[in-house]
Amino acid sequence: MTGKSEAKTTAYRQTLLAGLWRENPVLRLLLGMCPTLAVTAAVKPAFTMGCCVIFVLVCSNIIVSLMRDLLKPHLRILMFTLTIATFVTIADLFLKAFVPAMSETLGPYVPLIIVNCIIICRAEACASKNRIVISIIDAVGMGIGFTVTLCILAGIRELLSTGKIFEMQLMPEAFVPWAAMSMPVGAFITLGLMLGLVNKVTNKEA
Amino acid sequence: MDTLNVLLMGFISIVIVNNLVFTKFLGICPYLGVSGRIDMAFGMGMAVTFVVTLSGTLTWLIDHLILIGTPLEVTRYVCFILVIAGAVQLVEMYLRKFFPSLYESFGIFLPLITTNCAILGMCLFINLWGTESLLEAVVLSFGAGIGFTMAICIMAGIRENLNMADVPKCLKGAPITLITAGILAMAFMGFAGMIR
Repeated sequence: MTGKSEAKTTAYRQTLLAGLWRENPVLRLLLGMCPTLAVTAAVKPAFTMGCCVIFVLVCSNIIVSLMRDLLKPHLRILMFTLTIATFVTIADLFLKAFVPAMSETLGPYVPLIIVNCIIICRAEACASKNRIVISIIDAVGMGIGFTVTLCILAGIRELLSTGKIFEMQLMPEAFVPWAAMSMPVGAFITLGLMLGLVNKVTNKEA
Repeated sequence: MDTLNVLLMGFISIVIVNNLVFTKFLGICPYLGVSGRIDMAFGMGMAVTFVVTLSGTLTWLIDHLILIGTPLEVTRYVCFILVIAGAVQLVEMYLRKFFPSLYESFGIFLPLITTNCAILGMCLFINLWGTESLLEAVVLSFGAGIGFTMAICIMAGIRENLNMADVPKCLKGAPITLITAGILAMAFMGFAGMIR
């Protein structure tokens, strides 16, 4: 009995850790690039976006996992999208009501979570095949992996484009802000270099 | 004359100045996935153009005729995604019946258009920019499709040559594509401020 529960715990831990590094959605699977590039000009919106994605991911994984036996193969994707759209609407209305300024900054990228490949991918690859507990853990792992990546990317960009993070001056006075880092150019190039770095590290590990 | 001017400016603005891929980061996934060969990129661009025009128009109509001003407004995203999924299904059925060879060459990319963020993004932007008339919505969404096609074709052309280039091993594939996209985005920044 103990062996069985131990195996279970290991499986849970494996699932959780997979999302953080081995199968990190942004860095390894290249999913959800649009929001990754769009909201990472500063750390705060990036973090908010990450929280929204975690919320939607967990909720939709729960629902999809619960209805996995009822799904017809050809209507599967449509059901996923409708489930996700419902939760995204909830998240969007919540942001509008409680943090209107942040909702303004994120603009259409909150509703765009609906077509975020991470969520559909997890619904398809995990939640529609697994029991509810594994689905939740997988969602949390993936969501945290996504949020952390977003925050790192946003941190680099915010630091170089303004010299500050969270209103804190980190760069010396003489630092000239790199305006390009807050523009699309900075997003593309920073993410490109980050992926290159991750590839390098993984190749060394292997 | 005035309307024509507005429409023309809107079209140029969405194709070049506010290009969806380079300034709004929409449609990056197919942009990275499909841009390996130029003929496939063009086909994808055409399919996206068709679907985005259709769904942009339909969502504008639904928004203005049904949703705005009623409590149903909260269901906007659900309606939009349903319209897009329906439009993609329609295109798929139509192509399979009348142009089987074209249908074959699109393959898996056709259903994937449903989850292309450029399309839902465009529907949302039309809504956000407060587009006044149906004609403007049609022209803007068509322009968005053309802009996407242009971006993905430029990228495919570059990537065909990039295969021959000597890129550091760890930057091969997606990283160098993203960096190239960054440089392209920088080039497109030159258009910023030209209109609006």
